[in-house]
Amino acid sequence: MPILRSSLPLVASAATDAQLVARCRNGEAAAWDELVERYSRYVYAISSQAFRLAAHDAEDVFQEVFVRVYEHLGDLRSDDAIRPWIAQLTRRLCIDRLRAGRRESPVDDELEPSGLDETLSALDEAIEVRAGLDAIGEPCRELLDRFFCRDESYKTIADALALPSGTIASRISRCLGKLRAVLEGRN
Amino acid sequence: MSGYDEPRLGELLRLLPAAPAAWVRAAQELPAARVEIAGLVARAQEDAVFRARVVADLEAALEAEGIQATPSVVAALRTRLGAD
Repeated sequence: MPILRSSLPLVASAATDAQLVARCRNGEAAAWDELVERYSRYVYAISSQAFRLAAHDAEDVFQEVFVRVYEHLGDLRSDDAIRPWIAQLTRRLCIDRLRAGRRESPVDDELEPSGLDETLSALDEAIEVRAGLDAIGEPCRELLDRFFCRDESYKTIADALALPSGTIASRISRCLGKLRAVLEGRN
Repeated sequence: MSGYDEPRLGELLRLLPAAPAAWVRAAQELPAARVEIAGLVARAQEDAVFRARVVADLEAALEAEGIQATPSVVAALRTRLGAD
């Protein structure tokens, strides 16, 4: 099974993964909440997009991933290795779930959807961009999240954020510029 | 790093929609659920009949103990019993 790629440099955010993991180990509930929040989209996307699991299977995998992360956080050799660990864990549990649905016992490669590696690679890149989004802060974070992730219209965004709807497109463009600058390390 | 034009950034942002809020909340509540799970697991270790009943139907066993069988609690219990 190929290792999920994680070649992009980490983007600065409120707390690094290593800091967050260390705080979780110390029993900080807020740190656990943040860890789940940070990786929830990633785990969800791997199960539902990359492996195309049905919603009930994706939910089971989602919960199982975080249970195992919680139970085995102390076994992690390097605190900043949590992302590839979560990715591998999610991938393995998705395969287990697909295998359980088959009568025969196919090898893992036969269970993996076509284009899986490309999708996982894109998701790895996407989570770096997501970290950049967190780093640029408000109001850009919410604006871009509403438009791209929640698929809200200009009007809905304008109403929610009390902004003139005619300015939303230009604000999105400016925020994307800030995001790109963060990702390119210019800020 | 290059290649992050606006369409590409938009594409990548769209790849990570939020997970359902209830799933996230259930996973976040896991540390609190551990106390209840630990009690069940301890009892299962001492009582083979109880353990068999729990393993046969995790959801029903949790509900019988007055513990809400959320997906995270069920998953945690399954992991703990499997690891015994």
